[in-house]
Amino acid sequence: MSGVAQAASPSLWRATLGVLAKDFLIEWRGRARVNATVFFAMMTLFVFSFAVGPDGNVLARNAGGYLWLAILLASVLALGESFRVEAENNALEGLRLLPISPRALFLGKALANTVLLFALGLLLAPIAVGLYGAALAGSAWHGLGVLALGCAAISAPGTVYAAIAAQARARDVLLPLLLFPVLIPALVGAVKATALVLEGDPMGQLGSWIVLLAAFDVMYWAIGLALFGRVIEE
Amino acid sequence: MTVRLDNVSQRYGRRWALVRLSLAIPPERAVLLTGANGAGKTTLLRVIATALRPTRGALSLFGLPAHENLEAVRPRIGLVTHRSHLYEELSAQENLTLVARLQGISAREIGAILERVGLGPRAHSAVRTFSAGMQRRLCLARVLLRVPELVLLDEPFGQLDPEGQVLVEELVRELRARRTTLVIATHDVDRARPLCDLHLHLEQGRVLRPLEPIGAARHEVTA
Repeated sequence: MSGVAQAASPSLWRATLGVLAKDFLIEWRGRARVNATVFFAMMTLFVFSFAVGPDGNVLARNAGGYLWLAILLASVLALGESFRVEAENNALEGLRLLPISPRALFLGKALANTVLLFALGLLLAPIAVGLYGAALAGSAWHGLGVLALGCAAISAPGTVYAAIAAQARARDVLLPLLLFPVLIPALVGAVKATALVLEGDPMGQLGSWIVLLAAFDVMYWAIGLALFGRVIEE
Repeated sequence: MTVRLDNVSQRYGRRWALVRLSLAIPPERAVLLTGANGAGKTTLLRVIATALRPTRGALSLFGLPAHENLEAVRPRIGLVTHRSHLYEELSAQENLTLVARLQGISAREIGAILERVGLGPRAHSAVRTFSAGMQRRLCLARVLLRVPELVLLDEPFGQLDPEGQVLVEELVRELRARRTTLVIATHDVDRARPLCDLHLHLEQGRVLRPLEPIGAARHEVTA
């Protein structure tokens, strides 16, 4: 018989990279779904501009908030989709039965979701700035940092809750119900920091908000690492 | 014992799929697992594979308490069920490469294994274009990436054409020659019986009789 090989558990990072590469490949193959998420997020930005009306000052002042709401709403689609492919054919069970740590599964999937949301944010940010007439008074690098931290803050609990919701019948409703309340503090930090990047930071507050956002990231990712194994095993 | 279950019960909601099931499967044996639809065959295989944690009772695999030693026992088990564990967006080759990578084994043999199960010409086709029988062949290929010490097959002949069914028979014989312990759950008793040496029948999640020797094993017992 061909294919006689001895199994040896791959390292945490090797397994993480394997899961990450698999998720990217599946996203690439399912580009239509990614496109749908992008268009949904763009439509959300447009809807906010119509809902607020023609007052340019209000739109410009709240541009950061609208941007993060669009990313948050689109994240529900992206996170749900990320576990739909795992639920199909019970593929997640197949992964669980391989000799890899559940932490590698969490890291791989959460990193893939972070990258996806970051790319979405990169696309949406200039649209939001143009659409709402906001100016970029601060550093673009600071903006990128806030975007990365904010997307990481959504992805870690989002990955855990999407894994829970994938096992439920009302998965589409359950995910935002579980996710949104947990994200409120990080979302406040991301919106405030983004507003300071866009409008300028004369009082030097940006650093504090970034530290707060990073602290939430550390907390969310640590909790995700600790809980994910239990979530997928039960 | 390769597999030992002590008073294992498994509940889905209010329904008990397995009821106080005790069982010991010696190494290198092939067990024919039969029972009507809903008797608990698939649940039993998933419990043994550690995919399900029993609601009550204890599972030992290879002499180890299974759920306290998941990282040690799981690499030694192969499971083929009607839920294929495959990613439909990926090709056959990519599915196997992923599994090989996550098991820390070489992907060099994948081409040969796909040829072995008759999927060589479709190695680079997306799994979503595969028929149910082809997906079943790919599941078997997944098990062959490394030969586990315990292989659990749920309806291995189902959805396969006659050629595929012969392939399964050959693979089971090869696994037995490699001293792999097997549990084969099937309704196709005539086809599976010559491949096995023990018989276990489930009725509504219960085992009414202990493991019965069949075929050559029966002669061993009576001699």
